[in-house]
Amino acid sequence: MKLWRWLFLIATLAVLVEGFRVALWVVPPDAAQGQAGRIIYYHVPSWAAMGLMFLTNLVCSVVYLAVRNRNHTLAMKADSLAVSSAEVGVIFCLIGLVTGSLWGRAVWGIWWTWDARLTTTLVLWLIYVAYLLLRRFAAGPQMRTLAAVMAIFGYVDVPIVYMANRWWRTQHPAPVFGGAPGSGMAASMMPAIWWNLAGWMMWGLFLLSLRYAAEYRNQLAEQQAGLAALEAGPASLAGQAGR
Amino acid sequence: MKPAYFLLHLKKDLHLEWRSKDAINSMLFFALLVVVLFSLAFDPTQDASRKIAGGILCVAMMFAAVSALNQAWARELRNQVLDALRMTPAPGASLFLGKAIANFAFVTIVEIVLAPVFVVFYNLRAVGNGWLLALVIPLGTWALIVNGVFFAALSIRTRNREMLLPLILLPIFVPALLGMVMACSSILTGETDPALWIKMLAAYDVAFTTLGMMLFEVILHAE
Repeated sequence: MKLWRWLFLIATLAVLVEGFRVALWVVPPDAAQGQAGRIIYYHVPSWAAMGLMFLTNLVCSVVYLAVRNRNHTLAMKADSLAVSSAEVGVIFCLIGLVTGSLWGRAVWGIWWTWDARLTTTLVLWLIYVAYLLLRRFAAGPQMRTLAAVMAIFGYVDVPIVYMANRWWRTQHPAPVFGGAPGSGMAASMMPAIWWNLAGWMMWGLFLLSLRYAAEYRNQLAEQQAGLAALEAGPASLAGQAGR
Repeated sequence: MKPAYFLLHLKKDLHLEWRSKDAINSMLFFALLVVVLFSLAFDPTQDASRKIAGGILCVAMMFAAVSALNQAWARELRNQVLDALRMTPAPGASLFLGKAIANFAFVTIVEIVLAPVFVVFYNLRAVGNGWLLALVIPLGTWALIVNGVFFAALSIRTRNREMLLPLILLPIFVPALLGMVMACSSILTGETDPALWIKMLAAYDVAFTTLGMMLFEVILHAE
């Protein structure tokens, strides 16, 4: 790993440790839910990181579609970033679903309920798993175009998820952040949110950069192998003709 | 886009189906089987059937349509028809629109034939505004078909295409299925107002039809 990546990793771990300390020991417990309410410090940052990853995936897919016939290197980079961000986003989505389920068990007494917010989020997870499956099943360079189109379709579901607990009365609580006037969190609890939000975002970016570097090299190697195979054909034929 | 192009595609597809009747027959029989199987599996009373009938009808149509949509593009692969279509000057969106309208017509025919059978089997009588179903069902069907035709074209040149279509279509279709099922059951039971769900279905249709028309060219020419 490069030096800056080590430094970034150390900074990330430091922020995560501080976030853990603040979330568990510094901020007061939730007035209604007691200690169980602290899971929000992990639940909300996962969704924020997931949102960032899926947005990256969308932007990269659009960039890929726009430049794929003009700038091959940029297109390959965009595609590598798109697949890496989808993978990391799926992981964050899974973490969000699992922490939400644990929280639901503690507060509602059930692991899962089929309300609009939960259902649409699960659907979001399924869509991006389907995106990754499509990348497995389709072969060759056309797969990247097809996957980019699929990513745009998938992202249209994100606003539906976001609006779900504004439009429909759901079991999931109304939005705490950026919701109606009067929503929001007590100021004494905000430090835990900020530290964990920063920490998990940094951790997500770290994973993304690692995965992106691996994916880009992989695609580069594939391309070079393809070119080498093309060159081998005519060159060896010419060699035979000269002999 | 010139209207003549998509009308030509539509005419061709209707003609093919008129001669073979493959899609309609297989969908009809398949959906009928699903309806029978569900009624055996749940053995519903009249009250219960009102609540679940909308869902069963939607899911039966969904499975039937997926099985037929796999064939919608496969028939263009024979004799390299699809490659020929790609070389024509007609825009890809018109090919997509023609195909979608044709398949929408097939599924609607199946629904019209199936609806009386369904009403008899499940003892249905709408408590709410029954005529609203005439709005909900076509909206939901269009949502399914427009996505189905798009993703069938997307998966046609991949490995395991028969498997891949439901895998990518169903998650994308879930919001529309939810809207369709909720609207159907609120109409049949008359307990809640279906207006919100109908609006959501309409918005979903507009969004995905636009997206499909815009991006179809890209997947048609993906190399």
